[in-house]
Amino acid sequence: MSAAPTPPSEEEIPTPVVQNRRWIPRLVWVVPIAAAVIGISLLIRNWENAGPRITISFLRGEGVQVGKTLIKYRDVTVGHVSAVGLSADHQTVLVSADLSKDAASLLKADTQFWVVRPRIGVGSVSGLDTLLTGVYIGMKTGAATLSERDFVGLEDPPALSHGPRGRELQLHAARAGSLAIGAPVYFRQFQVGRVIDENLLPDGSTRVTVFVDAPYDGFVKPVTRFWNASGIDVKLGADGLNVQTESLAAVLAGGLAFDDGPIEALFAAGGTPGEFTLYRNETEAMAPPDGDPHYIRMRFAQGLRGLEAGAPVEFVGVNIGSVVAVDLGYEHQDRSFPVIVTAKVYPRRMGQAFEALAAQGKTESEETLAAFVGTLVKRGLRAQPRSGSLLTEKLYIALDFLPASPRAAFDASIRPLELPTVNGTFQELEANIGRLVTKVNDLPLEQIAADLHTDLKDLHETLSELHSRVLPSAEDTLSALHRTLDSADQTLDVQSPLQRGLTETLSESRSTLQAVRELADYLDRHPDALLRGRRPQKMPESPAAPSSDAKP
Amino acid sequence: MTPLRQSLELGLVLCRTCGLAVSRASLKVDQRCPRCQSRIEHRTPFSTEMTLAWLIAGIVFYIPANLLPVMHTSGLLGEADSTIIGGILEFWRSGDWDIALLIFIASVAVPLTKFIAIGLLLLTVGKSSRWQQHQRTVLYRVVEFIGYWSMLDVIVVALTSALMQFQVLGTAEPRAGIAFFCGVVVVTMLSALSFDPRLIWDQRV
Repeated sequence: MSAAPTPPSEEEIPTPVVQNRRWIPRLVWVVPIAAAVIGISLLIRNWENAGPRITISFLRGEGVQVGKTLIKYRDVTVGHVSAVGLSADHQTVLVSADLSKDAASLLKADTQFWVVRPRIGVGSVSGLDTLLTGVYIGMKTGAATLSERDFVGLEDPPALSHGPRGRELQLHAARAGSLAIGAPVYFRQFQVGRVIDENLLPDGSTRVTVFVDAPYDGFVKPVTRFWNASGIDVKLGADGLNVQTESLAAVLAGGLAFDDGPIEALFAAGGTPGEFTLYRNETEAMAPPDGDPHYIRMRFAQGLRGLEAGAPVEFVGVNIGSVVAVDLGYEHQDRSFPVIVTAKVYPRRMGQAFEALAAQGKTESEETLAAFVGTLVKRGLRAQPRSGSLLTEKLYIALDFLPASPRAAFDASIRPLELPTVNGTFQELEANIGRLVTKVNDLPLEQIAADLHTDLKDLHETLSELHSRVLPSAEDTLSALHRTLDSADQTLDVQSPLQRGLTETLSESRSTLQAVRELADYLDRHPDALLRGRRPQKMPESPAAPSSDAKP
Repeated sequence: MTPLRQSLELGLVLCRTCGLAVSRASLKVDQRCPRCQSRIEHRTPFSTEMTLAWLIAGIVFYIPANLLPVMHTSGLLGEADSTIIGGILEFWRSGDWDIALLIFIASVAVPLTKFIAIGLLLLTVGKSSRWQQHQRTVLYRVVEFIGYWSMLDVIVVALTSALMQFQVLGTAEPRAGIAFFCGVVVVTMLSALSFDPRLIWDQRV
């Protein structure tokens, strides 16, 4: 085999073939180009689909796992946790999460995030499914227009997860009572909403946010009164024992109730819409509006055990306020320690009396009111501690007219008004008993006993004399008396001649008397008979006539 | 060692299908192998160009194959998308280092080895280098051989998806990544096939 002939043949053969098939290898390049196009389009799609990455800070990262913990909105997965770390100051857990693209519009400045864990409360059990699946992060979109990527997570789930229709109301109260988030809100013992938030305001009062569900929010009017329905309301009234409670859950977990306020409130309705006062109980809530309180001060000369802040102040039996403070004062002049009681009274609680006074202009200003109180004091208005109940020794302050009380000075210029006082009824009773005891102590009991002793001895002697001398003669007298009575008995017996004679005589005299009466009757009808004598009777209309014929 | 003589010098052409050495002079214009009737070429035309094209396609496919999840599992304990690397790390962390190693070799080491090996072959052939001609031929055989084993991952996903269908308790579904991975395997095999190893022995005279 020689190499000589091959080169020319090799030159000849490939040339036409190569030219013909040139398009096939070129076509191969479609594959990498297609791959690149697919890859790039995929990347673009991925990049387009990639939702926002958010950071949520929690106090605890319990159960949150990278890649496994999901972000759910209305129980639909919208993202997953992509990283968990600590903040720079190690105070919070920073959870990074990748959200799907369509969830980006849910990220508002006030969007809330919370970790859903199993929770068992008095009112409800929630998040039990997370026992198996592990925790997830719940999400609730907000209403703000600004969007946000960094959030502070809630430690407790919000009471309202996904904006149901209804109304949110703010209630202001001095204290929240035993209310928990999620506690029910009742309208006529029908649950219509729940507590969704509680805040302690900087001034120390509390603000409770409640949510009333949609069909029922119409029951909330400007005159609506809210009150704390926690616990059991036991009343012992004139009509017997009355136990009232909204529901068992409310007893345990606390609850609120609301209803239309009293008629008077209709006129006084005002204030910010959606903001209400939370009253302590139904009675307080349904009381007419109190108006502004006026403070009064009273000095009591003696101790007031059982009088506490909050004790009622009654004016002629009507509760018009309460004791605010019980203080001990010191009077230098007589070195005494009077009890100073400060109370706030609501003149408006006097009802019609207040309106009548207002019509006369007595309530226009502090001065006119003070002057009016001055006239009342002159008429005998006094403050008096009284025992509210014999069992508990609790005292209340009664403002009453005691005209018999000694005259008291009243200075209308002092603020707060200082009302003259008298001692309490119970204290007076005590004092009276004390005086009585002193008097009894002062009695010359020993001498009385000695005198009594001599007297008794005399009495004894007298009695023994009586026994020895008087009694035998008395016995004789008694036997004589017995005999006399015996003979009298015989005389008065039915069978005795005297008795019989007497009976006969009596029957005789009875018939005589009857005859006389008939005669008198006859004469009454026929007075002329005295002159003309008796005529035969012919008048048929007189039924008495025939019977009288037989008579003379 | 005497220098090897080239087929060109001997006037021979090898049929790549049946391995018959044909005398160039006896070849007809249609260049069919007299034994198996397959097309016979002195060197596969545009071999390097096609190999390069397939190789690039393979590398491009390899990127989404690794970035995209290959499998989606869901069950009582949540649901998860797993990528190839993620799966390997998960097995490694949970202590199944052997399985992790197996998957790593099949789905990371082998494709990368193929890319590098084919790339190296193309480079040296392009330069008509004389360096390690024998070793490079062995390398080409190895690349051809290991190509099939890369399908391990695809088979794992296919089997898991087919077997793990317990509805609520757990289901597994393939995801786009495995398709790309499958593409990588196929394309690199094509790349290796289109390479003409005889080029390794060609050298500039």
